[in-house]
Order: sequence, then C-alpha cells, then structure tokens
Amino acid sequence: MKFTFSWLREHLETHATLDDICTTLNRIGIEVEKVENKGAALEPFLTARILKADPHPNADRLQVCLVDAGPGFSSVQVVCGAPNAREGLAVIFAPPGTYVPGLNITIKKGVIRGEHSGGMLCSLQELGLGEESQGIAELPEDTFPGQSYADFAGLDDVVIEVAITPNRGDALGVRGIARDLAAAGLGTLRPWLQKTVEDKFASPLTWAITYHEACPWVLGRAVRGVRNGASPEWLRRRLESIGLRPVSALVDITNYFCFDLGRPLHVFDIKKITGSCLTIDRGHGQTLRALDGKDYVLSEKDCIIADEAGAQSIAGIMGGEATSVDENTTEVFIECALFDPVHIAMTKRRLGISSDSSYRFERGVDPALPMSALEAATCMIVDLCGGEASAVVAAGQQPYWQREASLRFNQIKHFGGLDLPSYESVAVLEKLGFEVMTYDESALRVRVPSWRNDIAQTPILSQAEGLSTEKAARVAEPVASMEAERDLIEEILRIKGIDSVPVVSLPPLPFLSSQESESVKRNSHQAKLFSIRRLLSARGLTEAVSFSFVASERAARFEGTSENLRLLNPIASDLNQMRPTPLVSLIEAVRHNSARGWSDIGLFEIGPAFTSDVIQQGQQTMIVGVRSGYTPRYPGVPSRAVSFDSVKADLLEVLQQWGVSLESLTTSTGAPSWYHPGRSGVLRQGKKGNIFARFGELHPALLQSDSIEVPVVAFEVLCDVLPLSKHKKKQALKLSPFQPVKRDFTFVVAQDIPAENLIRAVREADRQLISHVRLFGVYDPNNPNVSNKWEGRVLKTKVLSACDNNGDILPVQNVQNNQDNGDKQRLLSSILRYNKKNLKIESIHERDEQADKQYLKVSSRERYCFFMSVEVTLQPMERSLTESDLEAISHQIVKAVEKTTGGTLRS
Amino acid sequence: MNNDLEIFRDEVLLALAEVTDIRAWDAIRVNTLGKSGKLTALLRSLGGMSPEIRKERGQALNRLRDELAHCFEERKRVLEKAAIEARLQAERVDVSLPPPPCLGGERQGFLHPISRTIEEIRSIFGTMGFSVEEGPDIETDWYNFSALNTPDHHPARTDHDTFYLSPRQPTESEQQEIPQKIHLLRTQTSGVQIRTLLAKKPPLRIIAPGRVYRADHDATHSPMFHQCEGLVIEQGITLSHLKGCLTDFLRAFFDRPRLPVRFRASYFPFTEPSLEVDIGWSRQTGEIGNGADWLEVLGAGMVHVRVLANCGIDPREWQGFAFGMGLERLTMLKNGISDVRSFFENDIRWLRYYGTNPFEAVL
Repeated sequence: MKFTFSWLREHLETHATLDDICTTLNRIGIEVEKVENKGAALEPFLTARILKADPHPNADRLQVCLVDAGPGFSSVQVVCGAPNAREGLAVIFAPPGTYVPGLNITIKKGVIRGEHSGGMLCSLQELGLGEESQGIAELPEDTFPGQSYADFAGLDDVVIEVAITPNRGDALGVRGIARDLAAAGLGTLRPWLQKTVEDKFASPLTWAITYHEACPWVLGRAVRGVRNGASPEWLRRRLESIGLRPVSALVDITNYFCFDLGRPLHVFDIKKITGSCLTIDRGHGQTLRALDGKDYVLSEKDCIIADEAGAQSIAGIMGGEATSVDENTTEVFIECALFDPVHIAMTKRRLGISSDSSYRFERGVDPALPMSALEAATCMIVDLCGGEASAVVAAGQQPYWQREASLRFNQIKHFGGLDLPSYESVAVLEKLGFEVMTYDESALRVRVPSWRNDIAQTPILSQAEGLSTEKAARVAEPVASMEAERDLIEEILRIKGIDSVPVVSLPPLPFLSSQESESVKRNSHQAKLFSIRRLLSARGLTEAVSFSFVASERAARFEGTSENLRLLNPIASDLNQMRPTPLVSLIEAVRHNSARGWSDIGLFEIGPAFTSDVIQQGQQTMIVGVRSGYTPRYPGVPSRAVSFDSVKADLLEVLQQWGVSLESLTTSTGAPSWYHPGRSGVLRQGKKGNIFARFGELHPALLQSDSIEVPVVAFEVLCDVLPLSKHKKKQALKLSPFQPVKRDFTFVVAQDIPAENLIRAVREADRQLISHVRLFGVYDPNNPNVSNKWEGRVLKTKVLSACDNNGDILPVQNVQNNQDNGDKQRLLSSILRYNKKNLKIESIHERDEQADKQYLKVSSRERYCFFMSVEVTLQPMERSLTESDLEAISHQIVKAVEKTTGGTLRS
Repeated sequence: MNNDLEIFRDEVLLALAEVTDIRAWDAIRVNTLGKSGKLTALLRSLGGMSPEIRKERGQALNRLRDELAHCFEERKRVLEKAAIEARLQAERVDVSLPPPPCLGGERQGFLHPISRTIEEIRSIFGTMGFSVEEGPDIETDWYNFSALNTPDHHPARTDHDTFYLSPRQPTESEQQEIPQKIHLLRTQTSGVQIRTLLAKKPPLRIIAPGRVYRADHDATHSPMFHQCEGLVIEQGITLSHLKGCLTDFLRAFFDRPRLPVRFRASYFPFTEPSLEVDIGWSRQTGEIGNGADWLEVLGAGMVHVRVLANCGIDPREWQGFAFGMGLERLTMLKNGISDVRSFFENDIRWLRYYGTNPFEAVL
C-alpha cells in the first residue's frame, strides 16, 4: 500500500523526519518497500519565462532565448530547439549542473553553433514525468518565475510504499498506520470527523439482506443535488501519487476513503436503480458487467447487491457498469457494508477478480467503523459536489465484535525474553487503542479495539487425525487464552521493537537423548550422500541441480507419464510432469551444454525421482550420473567415446562408498527402455534381490530425438532400494606370514557366458584360500585382437526346442516362449547347466507343435567360444603351499568353472 | 708361480678386460670359477699330485683363485656402473609434458553451490545440537497449510502460488471446503515441522533443508528453490534464544563475527510473534557486514500455539521457535551470484565457476 508523507501528517501530528518514520515502520512490522521522492530529483528545475526569442544566426531550427528564471538567473541566454519556444511563454528551466533524468545527462554551460547557452528549457518527458511531446512544457501564463518546479507542481510530497502483512487489515488505511506510529512514540493521532451532515430527507432507497452469512450489516445514505465533476486538485494529486487514476469526484471520494480509513465504499447512481430497495442476495446465475468492463457470471455462493432489475454489484469487490455514477449523476446512494472475509475471498478466487476493496474486506475491516465512515464520506460529497443528504438507512446489525484479553506481565519475559516495567506495557496497549479493564502488578485485562480483528480471535484448529479425542481436547483447551496473551505480548514487543529483546545464544545440549540417536542414524544416510557427492566430483563429474518437473513428453521417454504426477497449473508446458528420474534432467542438461559447444562433460545429480507408486510415501532419492562426448586426445592415447566401462566404474565406486559389498552383486541385462539394450545392465544384490542400479549407454533413438550427436552413458542408483549397510564391528586383523601365490588360468568359455559367472565360479572354488580373482584377458581364439565377445557375432537363434547330440529331446523346465534377449540368454545358460559338457549349441529349431512340453533342440556342432584369462591369488594362512597343494587347488578351480559355466581349461 | 698358471691368469684377465656387458662377464666367471670352470678343474687336479708339489701348487692356486675372484668383482662393479650410466644416457622424458587427462577431461568436478550451502548450514546448526529431518516434496494440503494455521481462504495462501498435483482438482462445489488430501508441491519446508512434531516428542532441535516450489518465474524467482526450516521446542526457550541462535548462525555462515543483524516484526500464520531478519550490507558494493543498508535474509518466530495444539503438543508445557530461509538467496549473497535462475540451468561453465572444490573442508 502507498501513501504520502503529507497524507500521513493529516492523521499524525509529528515532528519526525522521513527517516525516523521509515525506520520505525520497519521496526513495528510495517515493512517499507520503497520511498519515492520525485520532488528531490526535480528540486533544481526552476519555473521561468522567455523574455525574448530570436532565430539562431547559424541554425534554422534553433532559437536564442533570453530567459528569466528568478534570482541568480534573471537574464540567461539559452539556445533552444523547441518549435513552441516563444516570447512570454512560462517554461521549465534547468540551470547548469542539473541532472536531467529523462535524458540521463547533466546540463553544462556551453556554446551551440557560436551562441552561448546557459541552461536548458525542458519538456515534461525530459523531467521523467510526461509522455513524449512536441517541444517544451508550457506552464500557465501567470506562473511566477524562479520557483522550484517540484514545489510548483506539488511533486514535493514523498510517496511511501509499505507491505502490510495479511493479519493487519487495520493498517490498510493511512489512519491505521498513523495510529501504530503514534503508539511507537512518533507523535500523536489527530482526532477526526469533527463535522456531521444534517439529514434533510428520507432516503429514496432502502436495504434488505437475504444472504446474512456473507453480509451481517449494511448502511446507506442518499445525497441529492450533486454535481459530479472533476475532483479538486489536492484530491486528484493525492490519488495520482499513490498510483490511482482520478475519475470523478464521487468515485475519487470512495477511493480516497478506501486508502484513508481502509474503508471500502461504493456509490450508486440512484436514477439508474430500478425499484426502491437494494438487496444483499446470492447470485442466481445472472451475468453482470462490472466496472472493469468484463462480464461475470454470479453463482449461488457469490454475494451480490441487486435491485428489481437484477444484480448491480459484486458485493465488496466491484460495482456494476449499469448503475455507476457519471458526469450527469445528480442523486447518489452511498453503500457502506460489512462483508464476510471468507465469502469475499472465495468469490474473488472463483471469478478471478480483485480490487482494492476486496483486498481490504478479505483481510477484515473495522466492524465498528461503518457509521462514522459513512458520515465522513457524506460530508466530503456535500463539500465537494454540493447537495443535501438523506437520513441513514440500514439492514442487519453491527455484529458483536467485542473481545477481551489478559496478560500476565511475567510472560513478556518468559516468552518474549524482554524485561519490561508493567506500566510501559500498559502504555503501549493503551496507545494502540486497547482499553484497560483491570490492572495490578502481575496482570492486566483489556478490551480489544474494534479494528484489531487479529487479536484474541476464536482459534480455528486443524488437529492431526491420529490424535486421541482426549489428547486433542487437552491440548486445545488452553489455546484461546494463551493465544490472546501472546497477541498482546506480540503488540508490546512489536511497538517496543524486537531489537530491544536481549540476544542469548542457545544453551548447549547436555547429552544426546535416545530420540536423537534415531536422527543420527538418519544423518548418516545424509552423510553418505555427502561423501558420494565428493566421490563423484573427485572422479570428474560436476554436480547439477535441476527442476523436479520436466516436460511430460520428455518424461514419457522414461516411462514416467503418471497422471497423478502431472501438475494441474504448470508454469510452462515444458515443466508439467514430475520427473521419473533425474536422468531426464541431466540429459536435458547435456543437450543444452552440447548445443553451446560443451559436449565432453560429466554431470551428476542427487535428487528426487517421482513414480506413481511412491506418491503415498513421497519420492525416492536417486543418484544419477552421465558422461557425454569423447575423452581428450593425448600423446599416444587416442580420443575415445565415453563408454560403458567408465560409468560402470563410477557406479561401483558409489555403491562401495554406500557400503554395498561388491562381491554379492549380480549384474544382468534388462535395463529399462531408455538404455541401449545390448550395452546396458542392472545390478541387484544376490540373484533375486530388487534391482537398485542400472547403467550403460543410452538408447540411440533417445539421443536422436533430442538431437544429441555425441554418445552418452549414464548410471542410476535407487537409494531407497539399496541395502542398508549395518555398521559392523571389524574382526581382529589376521595377517598371514606366508606370501601369496599367483596363478593364471585361461578358459575356453561359450560366448554367452557372462564374465561375472566365471569369476564367481573361480572364487567359489575355495573361499578360504582364494583371496582375489582378476580377469585380465578376453579374446577370440581366431582373432586375438577382438576382445568384445559380441562384436560381429550375435546369436540369431530362436529358442523354442532342443535335443542333445544323440538326437534325444531334452525337457527344460519353466521355459517361456519369449523372444526377449535376456530370457534367451538365461535359457541358453540353463541348457548348459542341464547338460554341461556334452551339449554344444549350434542352432535351435522350431518347436514341435505336437509336443505339449517345451523342448530345446540342440545339434552337436561346435559352439562359438571365447578365451577368458584370470589371475588367481592364493593366500595361504597356515603353511606354505606345496606343489601338490597347488595342483589340487588348480584342479578344483577348473572343476568349479566347468560345473557352473561349461568352460574348459585351454589346453 | 708355475708358468702355466701365469698364462692361464693372463688369459682370464685379458678376457675379463674385453667384456663389456654383465652377461659376458658372467660367462667368463662361470668358465673360470664355476663348478666346471677351469680353475676349479685345476684345483681338482691337485689330488693326483705328490704332497710336496700339491702343497706348493695348492698355495699358488689358492692365491690365483683369490686374485681372480677379486678381479671379477672389480670388473663387475665397473660394468654395472657403466650399464647404469648407459641407461641414464638413454632414458629421457620431456618433463614439461602435461599429465594424461582423466575421463571427461576434467581432473575433478565441482559441488553445486546449493549443496555447499546445505553442508555449511548442517555443520553450523550441528554444532548447536540440531539434527536434520526430511519431508516429501509432494505434500498434502494439511501438512503444507492447514496444520500450519493457514486455512484455505487465508490471504497468506495467495502469496504462495501453489502448484497442485492432485488427480482431483477442487471442483466448483468443493472450493468452500477443500478436502485435506489434496496433493501439492510443498511451498515451504515448514511442513517438516509438523511431521517432526507428530513423530517425535520434545525437546527438539531440528533443521530441514529441501526443495520447495512456487508458481513464479523471473530473475528473482524460480519455480523451484531451496529452503531450510528450523525448529526448536524446549522448555524455557524464549525470543531471546531465537535472536541468539540466528545471530550466531548468520555470523558463522557469512564468517563475519560482527555482522550487524536486525530483527523486525512481521507476520507468518504459524509463528507469533513473527520476525524478519536483516543483515547489514552495502547495496552498492554487495559487501556483507559493511555498509548502511539492510537486507532481509530469513523469517522466524515463536511457534504458534495453534500449531502445537494441531500436533498434539500441550502449549502450556512446551514453547519454542521456528525459522525458515531461502538457500539460493544466502548462496547468492555469499558468492555474488545475481540471477537465481542460473542455479538450475546446469550450464557446465557456471557450475565449474561457482561450484566448490569437493575437497574443501566445511568449517
């Protein structure tokens, strides 16, 4: 809300400076947002008169003017380009040294085409005031030269803009602000309404209320014989200074009181009203064209003011166009009503309309004020527009607003921390309009002033559903009295200044209670995420933070299209769906960066992911990383595309940091659809655990649809599925006195056997003795340079039925007829398990339609095999290994590998 | 000395002088002093000689063996030294060569400035005995508003520009009594206060950093940003402690022991009295703690009795304070960042410039 310094002084008798006022307002909870002093910038501009205007000898469009701008500038030569500069014209003169805001220059003495110029004649635009115009400003003929233009134009009044908190409806009027300032010691509140207007006739209109919930009380008064011209200068200027457009005297007067007293009023043109009764009613679906020129359909719940012809005003929000006053109005009816805040708020929201009036009703207006406000408005209308006033008509009655509150003085200290003599508290409350009923050394009881609807109200609670009735009632019981007391403490602290409350550090906690140990556990979860942030940064990934919502089409590519997770009112259509994984955001980030020429990057984000099944318990946290583009070139090291291995390494480091044991992980294919099916995988604990991580190359189609031309690899970790690592006490370290022994083995293994199976098989051969297994070679026996087992050799068989090399049909349990690649591989491994060595798959034939079971038919030709080499570290604990020990363990390893993978030792 | 031995010695020494590498040296050594070497054979031949000759020749042979062994060692030292010299001559690198790059080209990544701020806040409040709580981003109406004394028609709600998510948008007829189970994106972290008060018993000291959402987008507003909520419920906690706690925090966070901190009365539905907290700075230079201007950095207040009662806590027994701060704001002030939108654009250049070194210790 805005007001001017002079307006404030009309209600507040004070010697305080502008600075004092602003500081105090800030302190007492009325935040000063802006102080606008147009006058200050215009202070140096002077009113002046052109004594003589001659054509410039050296320029066609310029004139040389002799100007009188008062003392010190009584005869100044100014070169001016304005066509309207002429002898005798009253103008605005900028002496040298003046900053001209509209041009952003400072005037200097100078010579223009050979003629001296000692200043400038200005247009209003150059002063930063008016629209663009032809030539300089023309002031009234009788203007006396040498006045400051700011004073002359009444621009010396400072405009103060304050933010009023929603609880302080009473401060939405200049008088309310003045009252607070007076209470804070910055002067005294002036009395008002010293005049009254005599009733001259009975009102031609009466009131009726049929919608009491929305309007308990309404007053009205007619004034006849008015002339509705323009408002006087002071009123127009005052409204303009706070950003309102003056309309006509009658409208301006209602706007004036809206800001002066925080009291909205409305005026009807009596001649445009049908019938003789105005009814406060519900809308019945009729349409009203309001003063903003728009049509509104008024529902059963909206409160309206109707005459016999129908709705004429959206009560408390905006009047109707049909009954509004205009320059021909001679008889006017002033409406002054109390509307219920909740009804106003709801109608406002339903209709999408708001006004200065609804803003005040919504926050609550003074229920005791209507009578005197109506008197004040009538008085001003008669003063400014002439005419005579009718008797007051009313309907409903003033609601009972009287409330009391008590305060124990020691609570100011115990709750507010401030030691204050009781008489000071009493003085503050009295100045704010509280009426002290009883008062002793320990407590007081006051009546709450009518305008403070935020104090000692009946508490509205919204207690948690899970509370027992008994408990709910017990904790609710003291609320009303305690709240009233806190309201008073708040007033006292506010006016005294929160700055006067002593500053005391929190006392240290003596010990961690058992409850806090719970949160320490939670902390460690968060601490883990912090250490993972560090880990990933150290690995060259940079942390990103992205919006939790993305475009729904984009989310759809990640199978995240749940309707539940779509925003109803998104800020933009590309931010309308809660993301199913932060990967959506990171790919978007890769796209943006790559479009700017930064495509070789690594990013990670630890943040929420939303899927429909988590809406009840909230989102889950995910750790997601991406790498895009190519590695840099280096002497002897060619650039290569970011690869599967690098994100797998990132991923395993993250899991290790989390505390997951890498040995127990199972890697398999079957990553979600946004990954490249042949170059991606998922991780789970053991063989049957939930999938908690996925990783690999992104699907080329996905990148294509985003016009990302560089390769992108990614990993995702679902933190909420990750096994919680328990903090286990470490066993005492036993160091072996014997040297470890290393042995290399090379196995011939079928193409489709995952390396992980081989490594696990070797390790499982003797868990005690084998301390480490490292894979160091994978190669094609016919082409040692090929280390990718799948390069150019894709299994193209359809797996439906099989037989062994003797032609016997072999049953395979629970095999689904499924084209899925993952299933195919599982199927093949299950064949191998079923009949390890003898069976060599070459081709697989169609299923026998007659058979009722599923069979695998396998021919006996050589299966495509690979060499895989591992280095096995043996760590004896009890004694050195002998040659025969080594032979035995080697034999055991080879047997274990044969058993689980079908692989054989390379001969 | 016998003549043949002298000849033999000269032959060996000559050969030794001619070897240039350790392998050739070793061959001669084995040939001479090894098990089947010539000198060993000569020694072995002593057995067939008469005692006198054997004695004399034996002594000569032993001397010769010692002498040759000594010469071999000498030669070996020379050869080894020469070998190292030769190796050092051959082995060279360009020491000015940059080290090979890591994956992605960057030696290390950076932490997002918001993460850093959250870590610092955790650390500062951690030393004051606060623990960290979390709540979901998708909240119900009750946690985000109603329980916090902000009923549906409350004017404070319109300031919040809430994003709604519920599958059911409030229909015309429901608007007066909007059901509690409407899902929305939390507009403030204050709902964590409610969750904590319901789940735990006082005394409590918690902070709750997290994402919040408001339908607003310009240079000073982002539709998503971060807040950190704080809540202290303990016996004997007064407004003085609120002031002390937040003053201590702000001074620690901005690392300015004498940072001016100002408290102004304000209003939030869930605290009473409510305050806004300003710090001293210079609008012109942006310097914190120096200058005549004030800048609002957080909101706070004593927990409203209605909030306690809504959560089943007896307000006669417990009182305390709560506060909330915008983390982008604090981060911008501390790091001189001007546009809040840049926090979420994930421009790699911005992240590398404003991000923090992951190895920098937090306080």
